[in-house]
Amino acid sequence: MTGAYVTWIAGHRSILWRTFAEHVTLSVTALAIVLVIALPLGIGLARRPRLAAPVVGIVNALRTVPSLALLVIMLPVLGTGFLPSVVALTLYGLPAVLVNTVAGLRDVDSNIVEAARGQGLSEGQNVLRISLPLATPVILAGIRTAAVQIVSAATLAVFIGGGGLGELISAGMGLLDIPQLVIGALAVALLALVTEIAFGATERLVAGRLLGSTA
Amino acid sequence: MIRLEGVTKLFPGQARPAVDAIDLEVPDGRTCALIGASGCGKTTTLRMINRLIEPSSGRIVVGGEDVTRADPVQLRRHIGYVIQGVGLFPHKSIADNVATVPRLLGWDERRVAARIDEMLGLVGLDPATFRGRRPASLSGGQRQRVGVARALAADPPVMLMDEPFGAVDPVVRGRLQREFKEILARLGKTVVMVTHDINEAIRMGARVAVMREGRIVQHDTPDRLLGEPKDPLVMDFVGTDRALKRLSLMTAGEAASLATPPPGVPVVESSSSVQDALSAMLSAGSDRVAVRDPDRGSRVLTLDAIRALAAPDQPASASEL
Ligand SMILES: Nc1ncnc2c1ncn2[C@@H]1O[C@H](COP(=O)(O)OP(=O)(O)OP(=O)(O)O)[C@@H](O)[C@H]1O
Ligand SMILES: [Mg+2]
Repeated sequence: MTGAYVTWIAGHRSILWRTFAEHVTLSVTALAIVLVIALPLGIGLARRPRLAAPVVGIVNALRTVPSLALLVIMLPVLGTGFLPSVVALTLYGLPAVLVNTVAGLRDVDSNIVEAARGQGLSEGQNVLRISLPLATPVILAGIRTAAVQIVSAATLAVFIGGGGLGELISAGMGLLDIPQLVIGALAVALLALVTEIAFGATERLVAGRLLGSTA
Repeated sequence: MIRLEGVTKLFPGQARPAVDAIDLEVPDGRTCALIGASGCGKTTTLRMINRLIEPSSGRIVVGGEDVTRADPVQLRRHIGYVIQGVGLFPHKSIADNVATVPRLLGWDERRVAARIDEMLGLVGLDPATFRGRRPASLSGGQRQRVGVARALAADPPVMLMDEPFGAVDPVVRGRLQREFKEILARLGKTVVMVTHDINEAIRMGARVAVMREGRIVQHDTPDRLLGEPKDPLVMDFVGTDRALKRLSLMTAGEAASLATPPPGVPVVESSSSVQDALSAMLSAGSDRVAVRDPDRGSRVLTLDAIRALAAPDQPASASEL
């Protein structure tokens, strides 16, 4: 049984490597864009509670759209390939980071923010030196969620020609090539798991630093 | 000097102003205690002085300068602020907390480091022990000390303190009050302090301002406040034991007169309060105490003298009413 898988891997090293690289590239690109958009947007929104409520509402609604639907919606708009896949994955990962950034910043103890303002920190200094560091654990949790969601959803990019490990699964299904199908699925599962563990470890490290347990 | 002239704050959407046309003057080097029931506008008044809240109208002058014309961020770096609930930065060491304003002002690191140790020493915390620790590992009283050290670090002439001893037990509170009163006086700070506690107000304040619903009802020395409360609210606030409280404001040395004490009477130090002297008399069943005063010879304080001191209707107040 396992022999068949080992044989398949031995014979398909290059396609395994290519789809893996595509999957990681798609995910990393989408996550990077999510961060570039969601962090500044979240920081801005946290200071405007009136605006934050509707925006967070809309973004949360986006969360309920299934990932496959989000990818397929891109088809008529952006066609097929890397770009529409990245756009769809970005939209998919955005809510978790945005919502956590807003919530994390808003939940920083108002006493502390007030004290900082009272000592003469400017608004910008207050965000950079006080609010953001204190909100970091919550923001990192959002980033971890988004990263795992994106890595999982990138499996579906194959449906709009985005490549990735989904290619192995879809081809394996079509050809009823069980080793190819299973190895594709295992690879995705492993990648998602590693992502979760790596981001989780970072979170704990940062939280420890913030609380001073490693100081 | 701090001067408030007709200062009013009406928060948007509220029917009545939180602070209603108040006038207040605190001379250089003095402490004014603001006291009053919860929600009467104490914190709002305090926070208008460093412009954390913008007054709706009126003028606030600090050290001859109209604060409403100053840049608020720069202004706050020159006004010490101790917040209700301390508000230390939990992700920073005690040293970094204390160094906040000096660093904002661009002091070089050697000067900052020296200042951190100096400030920690001033508030009674051993620098070597506390420098590197985080606020979470300190007791409530120690955190209050750090809060005051942080506010004093850049040597601001003016300090605003909002219930600085609110979060500690009565024993620690009493000790902090005595220590900080001495420190603030020694450094010559001009202080506005908010409190709920009449004992704290009369202990710390050269003047006490009693507030009700956004207005100052009475602004007086502790002695006059206790001796001649202006209306029922102030009377309520100072308490039914105001006569006894008044006795705590004066030392036995000040009240005693020159005489040779008869043998067998209790002895008190001249620095003890008249209240303590009275207590000593009552416990010993005596009508006088000997006051030990190495500089001024033997003195005596009698029960009759105390009665006269505590009498609520002294001639001065009777003629005013
Ligand atoms: N930002 C604000 N917006 C609207 N109303 C406010 C605001 N801050 C304070 N108030 C109101 O102004 C009044 C005075 O509040 P303030 O905080 O000055 O009271 P306080 O005397 O300090 O009370 P406490 O002893 O409970 O601290 C209260 O009725 C309060 O609800
Ligand atoms: Mg208050």
